[in-house]
Amino acid sequence: MASTTALAHGHDDQDHHGHDDHHEPGFWQKWVFSTDHKMIGIQYGITGLLFLFFGFLLMLIMRWQLANPGDPVPVIGGMLQAVFGDSAFSANADGVKGVLTATGYNAFGAMHGTIMVFFGIVPVAFAAFGNFVVPLQIGAPDMTFPKINMASFWVFFISCVIMLASFFVPGGAAKSGWTSYSPLAGVADMGPGFHPFFNGQTLWLVGMVFNITASLLGAVNFIATIIQLRAPGMTWMRLPFFVWTQFVTAWLLLLAFPPLEAAGVMQLMDRAFGTSFFMPTGLIVNGQLAAWSGGGSPILWQHLFWFLAHPEVYVLILPGAGMVAEIIANNTRKPLYGYKALVGAILVLGFLSFIVWAHHMYMTGMGAKVAGFFQTTTIIISIPSVIIITALMLSLWGGSIRFTPPMLFATAWLPMFGIGGLTGIPLAFNAVDLYLHDTYYVIGHFHYVVAPGTIFAIFAGVYYWFPKATGRMMSPFLGHLHFWPSLIMLNGIFFPMFLQGMAGVHRRWYDGGATYEQIIKPVIHWNEFMSVSAFLLAIAQIPFIINFCWSIFKGKKVVNDNPWDATTVEWVAPSPPGHGNFEKPITVYRGPYEYSVPGANKDYTPQTEPPISEKFPTTAPAGVPAH
Amino acid sequence: MQIPYETTARPDTGLYNAKLGIWLFLASEVMLFGGLFSAYVFLRLGADDGYWPMGLLNVPIGTMNTAILIASSVTVVLAWAALKMRQWAKYKFYMLITIICGIIFLAVKLTLEWPEKFVHFGAFIKKDKWAEYEAYLGNEHRTKLGLSPRPEISGHLHAVEVAVAPEKKGDFDSFLIKHHLVAEAGTDPAHPVLVVKDDHGHGPRPSIAEKLVRIPGVKAVAYEVELDAVNADPTSPDNDRPHFIPRKRSDKVATIKAEDISSWSAFAPKHSSYFAVYFTITGLHGLHVLGGVIIFIYFYLFGEKLYRKNPEHMANRVEVSGLFWHFVDLVWIFVFPIFYLL
Amino acid sequence: MSEHHPAVTAETPNAPHDHDHAHDVSKHVKGYLIVGALLLVFTFITVALAYVDFGSHTANVVVAMIVATFKAGLVAAIFMHLKGEKRLIWQFLFFTVFFAIGLFFLTWLHWIDPIFGTHHTHH
Repeated sequence: MASTTALAHGHDDQDHHGHDDHHEPGFWQKWVFSTDHKMIGIQYGITGLLFLFFGFLLMLIMRWQLANPGDPVPVIGGMLQAVFGDSAFSANADGVKGVLTATGYNAFGAMHGTIMVFFGIVPVAFAAFGNFVVPLQIGAPDMTFPKINMASFWVFFISCVIMLASFFVPGGAAKSGWTSYSPLAGVADMGPGFHPFFNGQTLWLVGMVFNITASLLGAVNFIATIIQLRAPGMTWMRLPFFVWTQFVTAWLLLLAFPPLEAAGVMQLMDRAFGTSFFMPTGLIVNGQLAAWSGGGSPILWQHLFWFLAHPEVYVLILPGAGMVAEIIANNTRKPLYGYKALVGAILVLGFLSFIVWAHHMYMTGMGAKVAGFFQTTTIIISIPSVIIITALMLSLWGGSIRFTPPMLFATAWLPMFGIGGLTGIPLAFNAVDLYLHDTYYVIGHFHYVVAPGTIFAIFAGVYYWFPKATGRMMSPFLGHLHFWPSLIMLNGIFFPMFLQGMAGVHRRWYDGGATYEQIIKPVIHWNEFMSVSAFLLAIAQIPFIINFCWSIFKGKKVVNDNPWDATTVEWVAPSPPGHGNFEKPITVYRGPYEYSVPGANKDYTPQTEPPISEKFPTTAPAGVPAH
Repeated sequence: MQIPYETTARPDTGLYNAKLGIWLFLASEVMLFGGLFSAYVFLRLGADDGYWPMGLLNVPIGTMNTAILIASSVTVVLAWAALKMRQWAKYKFYMLITIICGIIFLAVKLTLEWPEKFVHFGAFIKKDKWAEYEAYLGNEHRTKLGLSPRPEISGHLHAVEVAVAPEKKGDFDSFLIKHHLVAEAGTDPAHPVLVVKDDHGHGPRPSIAEKLVRIPGVKAVAYEVELDAVNADPTSPDNDRPHFIPRKRSDKVATIKAEDISSWSAFAPKHSSYFAVYFTITGLHGLHVLGGVIIFIYFYLFGEKLYRKNPEHMANRVEVSGLFWHFVDLVWIFVFPIFYLL
Repeated sequence: MSEHHPAVTAETPNAPHDHDHAHDVSKHVKGYLIVGALLLVFTFITVALAYVDFGSHTANVVVAMIVATFKAGLVAAIFMHLKGEKRLIWQFLFFTVFFAIGLFFLTWLHWIDPIFGTHHTHH
């Protein structure tokens, strides 16, 4: 200890090594540059929810156009044109502003997808809930690398700013699809009227590079935390299923994102430095041979993109599945059915998800060997998915079900995810995909998985963990008012898409198919039905927004730290938890779902409750955590 | 609030947190460079015969840079060992050498290697015109020997011959003044051109020449090139394959008609898939080297406080950043032969 | 609240810490120097072999990659302490390498297996 006094300023006493200041952190350190996982989780959550809302608004404008092609957006049309510029909106024949142009539709479509996936769902389901809940559920004081955690949020925030800014540069936001395929993405937003660097397509790439970097930093943190900071007694098979899903999701992000980051850099090189990574020889642009050296491969972009984008869809669903599992166990008052099968299933799912990607590329001229390989792995990957949903459904059997707001959303998740998953199976076969590719069938399929799928899981998680984060309950009445119309309207929007898709309606027609009406006549009328459902869905979110905001300040205070009578460790901490989370060191004695244990004096036995025979606080398993 | 296992190992994994974290990060880096190397392989496999250049990089300089990076890998692990053995002065010595080596590596790349490429000129001749430029391409000779064809004439611009529409002469003249160029009338009365050079009697830099011929009203007619040795004497056995000593310049000047060129540029990323992937991979690798150097400078200048408080923690930090540095070295071990030698 | 251990300082080198004790490390220093020298030697060998004609260009590629893999292996095993590293790290690396190879192999499979008759060579 003596050697430390050689320094001029201060000394660090041995015992206080590593302790934070005993002073209360200032405003900036507490609310903005916090290294506390709970605050970072909330930051991700608020930012992500705002982006989900923004992406939703983009979709509403698109849906207006699809049902009323060529008509100005009512009431706010003029404002939209003023905000988003004249490439996205124009005036109709009568001079009324606010008609979404084809260019605008493409930009809104590309950005709706990008925003919902990378700036909405992943930040909320993975980063927000993960950051807030996982350390609490494993009994840890924080994540392993709190400063890197903070850095990951701020890098993410920079990516948000860049993506938003891209709407307001000359020419508007990226419009080459969320998939950004070359060669279109290589030539888009270039030429007169566009800035050579500050254009939508280039900014999209820069924003994605920052977003990916943030995700990678986060993924490292999650994996390290779950491996290293489990409390004594928290063995792998005692982990709450939500932690398992976060663990697998983090691995998917860690290993699948980098090739897309590499591809993004290469596409940036194509745009900024005129390289031909993805630009083929002999490309004709605007009637002229393009000034690239050529020799590049558009297919290579697709491979590198989908290598990430397929595991990405499991990134979107797994955290949600985990949240649903927690909520089902808690609200059926019985253990989950098939915990071991669930764990095995997501491990296999995670592994397989890396080798199915080219089922998104059946239309690229694949031969029988490679197409056969991907069809096989794609069909096999449906097995663990079915295991997961079956186990969760069977978990309801014999349960004493409480239909709290989280349980409403969690229960509805089951058939909705079921429809989403089952409608994916025809797409696994290239013979069928040949017909369904790029139709509304695909859009219906994946929206069922993410919209009444993941987003319902997110709502469930918000209602469930709101009391832990705030110490107050959300209103169940407003919860019902949010849930029932949302469920109905989501089906109203997305079910007809299967019908339209099977009739051949293309996924990116900006006018809803009006130009091709003679082909799709029997199904084109669904556009109005779907658009009306979308607007009603928007209205159904108002109770949620009111509930959320009002309950933070005026919600009914919880009577204890564990208002749901739950078994998992996060409910041991105060609501809300303070810095360092737990008032006493955590030791885990049992599995995560010991509800209704025969002979117990209550219908739930928390993980931290010692075995009944011991009356005294016992020693933890020799200080050595069981593996 | 103390995060467990910051310096001591967790018993069941045997690892302290940062070591686990850095290996996870390195796993993602394997995938990142793996994606880039995959791109390299597929672009190379897909390239037409003769369109993947070889021998354009300076092997002696590349070899020296490789040796410098390897040396720095040795010194960084010795720096860590010194910390484990609580030898602070030795740590500072080895860490300083590591930093210097890293800086030299970057300096060599950014002063000796990259800039000379940006003033080098290469023009790919259209396939149906190869016969006309046989004196510079030597493809009959190469076909006889079973070698890949040579589609490119390279060297340094001697002059750019342009035709300027009279009404645009003003824009043209101001461009010349802005970039310190001069124009003389061409010598062939049948083909009136303006011959543009810089004020040292050589041609403009390729990047300037690109802008010149894009001025509305200015049309490129021909490019006069001070040839590289391979094009000055294409049938000499010396020029059949790349050599350890880099390709030389010659005194010969050739004139290439603009209409015979399919594409031309400096030896910049846009030149070909080869340079595109070369600059991208070495550029990204260089950014990683820079990141490592910055971290090492931080540990060199500001590490003492932590060392005095908790030397094991400091040793772990250096170990973990050393792992990153070794990975960067590892990538270069593959980059060097792939781009410089093969 | 969390595990507490006396921090290791210059005065207490024997406080419990990572298994690499000071005297273990000193044994390794010689190894590092030898490996460093080997790497330098093999760098020159790599360059020399590049100018030897092994029959075809593919053969030269294979030779160069073998040497590079050997050098990389030395860096990984000795400098990065993979030799003797914990099992968990090896498990991470196994999956990483598996998926990296998967990315490459499956993309290559597509390359060589197009729909009959539509495969073009590129410039």
